[in-house]
Amino acid sequence: MSPVRNLGTYAQNTWCPGCGNFAILNAIKSVLSTLADEGLPLENCVLVSGIGCHAKIVDYINVNSLYSIHGRVFPPAAGIKLARPELKVIGFAGDGDAYGEGLEHLIFSAKRNIDITAIIHNNRVYGLTTGQYTPTSPLGFKGRSTPLGTAELPINPLELMLASGATYIARGTSHGLELLKKIFKEAILHKGFSLVDVLQVCVTYYDMYEYYDKRIYELKDHNPNDYDQALNKIREWDYNNDAPIALGVFYKKEAPTFGDRFLRSKDETIDRESKLREIIKA
Amino acid sequence: MNSFSILIGGKAGFGIDKSGSIIASLATQLGYRLYVYRDYPSLIRGGHTFSIIRLSRKRIAAHEKKVDIILALNQDTINLHKEKLKENSIIIYDSDTVKAEGLKAGNQLVAVPLGKIMKDENAPEIMRNTCIIGALAKTIGIGWDVLDSVLRKEITKEIDLNLKVARRGYDESKELVKIEPLNQNRLPLFTGNEAIGLGLIKGGLKTYIAYPMTPSSPLLHFLANLADTFSLKVIHPENEIAVILMALGFAYAGEKTAIGTSGGGFCLMTEGLSFSAMAELPITIMVSQRPGPSTGLPTYSSQTELHFVLNAGQGEFPRFIVAPGDPEEAYFWSRVALNISWKYQIPSFILSDKNLGEGTYSFDMSLVKELKEEAPLLWDRKAPYKRYLRTETGVSPLTFPSDKDAIIKANSYEHDEYGITTEDPIETTKMHDKRLRKEIYVSEELEHYETVKVHGKRDAATALLCWGSNKGVSVEVAEILGLKVIQPIALSPFPIKQFKDALRGVKKLIAVENNATGQLVRLVSSFGLKVDKKILKYDGRPFTLDELQEVL
Repeated sequence: MSPVRNLGTYAQNTWCPGCGNFAILNAIKSVLSTLADEGLPLENCVLVSGIGCHAKIVDYINVNSLYSIHGRVFPPAAGIKLARPELKVIGFAGDGDAYGEGLEHLIFSAKRNIDITAIIHNNRVYGLTTGQYTPTSPLGFKGRSTPLGTAELPINPLELMLASGATYIARGTSHGLELLKKIFKEAILHKGFSLVDVLQVCVTYYDMYEYYDKRIYELKDHNPNDYDQALNKIREWDYNNDAPIALGVFYKKEAPTFGDRFLRSKDETIDRESKLREIIKA
Repeated sequence: MNSFSILIGGKAGFGIDKSGSIIASLATQLGYRLYVYRDYPSLIRGGHTFSIIRLSRKRIAAHEKKVDIILALNQDTINLHKEKLKENSIIIYDSDTVKAEGLKAGNQLVAVPLGKIMKDENAPEIMRNTCIIGALAKTIGIGWDVLDSVLRKEITKEIDLNLKVARRGYDESKELVKIEPLNQNRLPLFTGNEAIGLGLIKGGLKTYIAYPMTPSSPLLHFLANLADTFSLKVIHPENEIAVILMALGFAYAGEKTAIGTSGGGFCLMTEGLSFSAMAELPITIMVSQRPGPSTGLPTYSSQTELHFVLNAGQGEFPRFIVAPGDPEEAYFWSRVALNISWKYQIPSFILSDKNLGEGTYSFDMSLVKELKEEAPLLWDRKAPYKRYLRTETGVSPLTFPSDKDAIIKANSYEHDEYGITTEDPIETTKMHDKRLRKEIYVSEELEHYETVKVHGKRDAATALLCWGSNKGVSVEVAEILGLKVIQPIALSPFPIKQFKDALRGVKKLIAVENNATGQLVRLVSSFGLKVDKKILKYDGRPFTLDELQEVL
């Protein structure tokens, strides 16, 4: 294997020491580098991010990017993909972005099976706004907006994605670089909507390293093409209970994408002027 | 005869709208200029729907309160529109369901037993329209062959049965008034929404994205139907937030994209608007106004979003806003809006309303000025690529993925020239200046366009000040009363120089607007200009010719 390319920029990294985002950054740089070696031109990649600590990732990678706004990673990612189907579009979003502010876009991206990749930096806390609960924080989470603890259960985003029609669903952690690389690469190469939920630890506001390390295990003897098996495994840990936490690929399915169906009839060679004249004359 | 008006009314779901188009086509065949006003409630079946088809020898873009003929498919049509009858108006009605009572002595009645005819011919209810149109054609002296050819063109389903039913109606009536054929060219009929769509296509539109919202949806439907013809990508996503954000993705990738909505949908788009300004991603937004606040009157019209679009979005940034007054202007300026958004990488607005968007007009292409095609500023590949290169005009050269020599970083945060986030005070100031100075160059460019139109009696001391769809009624009234009309089309950047030129010689300026506060008045007042009087109407309905004339 050739050495990892220098995909960094001059931007100063401002994540906290020990932040789980470093694992995602290192994994994606390594995967992009490998993909480039295997023949994917990096100029064909576009990274899209939302707003929050996670989103700074696009400043740190010297690849085309659109630094979007909070909750709005997937609509522009879809626009880029539909405009230029040959591009690989990778969306990075926080749990607040993807599962809160912009939940509708996530569901619709999965429903359409649009061929983009969603990497969710799920630290289960709002970091950049200094420590409030998110859609995946456990019941009773004491944050700055809920000092007495939350009164609501978290959502299980993987179950939601399965129900919505995502065709690649996986989970990793920021304490598992090799698995992240494997999943990221597979997710990017998967044709259809792929989602990787990364249990990415926020060392400042919600340090879960020890908690996760005790419970995580890699999926074995699991058939990701089996919807029922996938659903069972996804339900094993609901982001609230103290169950074992499975990592790896839960679900994988080949299915036509939105682009396959939508772009079928587009013909770029049309003589617009004469057709316009016909309509205006009629 | 200067003009002639026909009202057709019935329940929503009766096919009133389609009948209005057929009648308009009939008059077009005779060489007339048309304006069709459509009035319908916010429901699918029931309620009361009507269209007023006004024909004239000259160009028109307004309707009159009084009508010459009423086609009554139900009792409501007579009950609700009796006051619109003139002394000698004609009422053609379904004698099986409608009682023609309480009318004026001079009114002439044409009774058509629509129910019986439908039964005789075993025809569906919806064909009552075709039958009553048959009766209308005979009543106004249109030959059967003309009607036959128009129906064949307008109706695609069950044409033989339709023709049979139309003939029955035709034979039930007799000629009461003669609409003489005119010796002038026939003009195609377009709604404002259609003209906007065609103008965008002419400007190079590749993608149109919208979430359904009355009264902007007809543009979505029109372009969706033309998607294959012009290889357009027409997308209806999950909501208006997704609409604008998806469009910005298309813009980032280099595709000319427009979006459309009404006030409520535009509320959801404002964060995306501000993003487009910061990231300098071109976008063209059609906002079709309807009365608010909130849900308001969904299927009616207003001019209440001028200050909303002028000020929407956090932060300070330039924007181009144009308010066309008729389909020819809509066609021309939609093209300009798309081009300006790409040339300057700013958001452009086409501010329309229900009256313009859903009104049908004779469209005269000879009135549309030529425009030279302008390509956006592209990277010359000499120096390394910087997405936000600071230039004299503030416009940075573009390139798009997958350009192997460039890394294209667009950013919603304040950023440096390369597109990397910055919070540096000097860089922040420079970037603000870069974005804002584009407005100077847009203003300069607008000097080459007729951004403020003057109509009517040019040397009159009294002028009407109007914008958007009030152009038609203002111009026609001004011609009758000998007034001048001043119509600013570009509203941001405001063409103050052309506007002051237009004001020369005016002693009294009267604003005519479809809102409750005088939004254009507020805008021109901000330039220290005085408006003497405001004529405001905010019941959702447009000014009729007679109404505006009376107020004046």
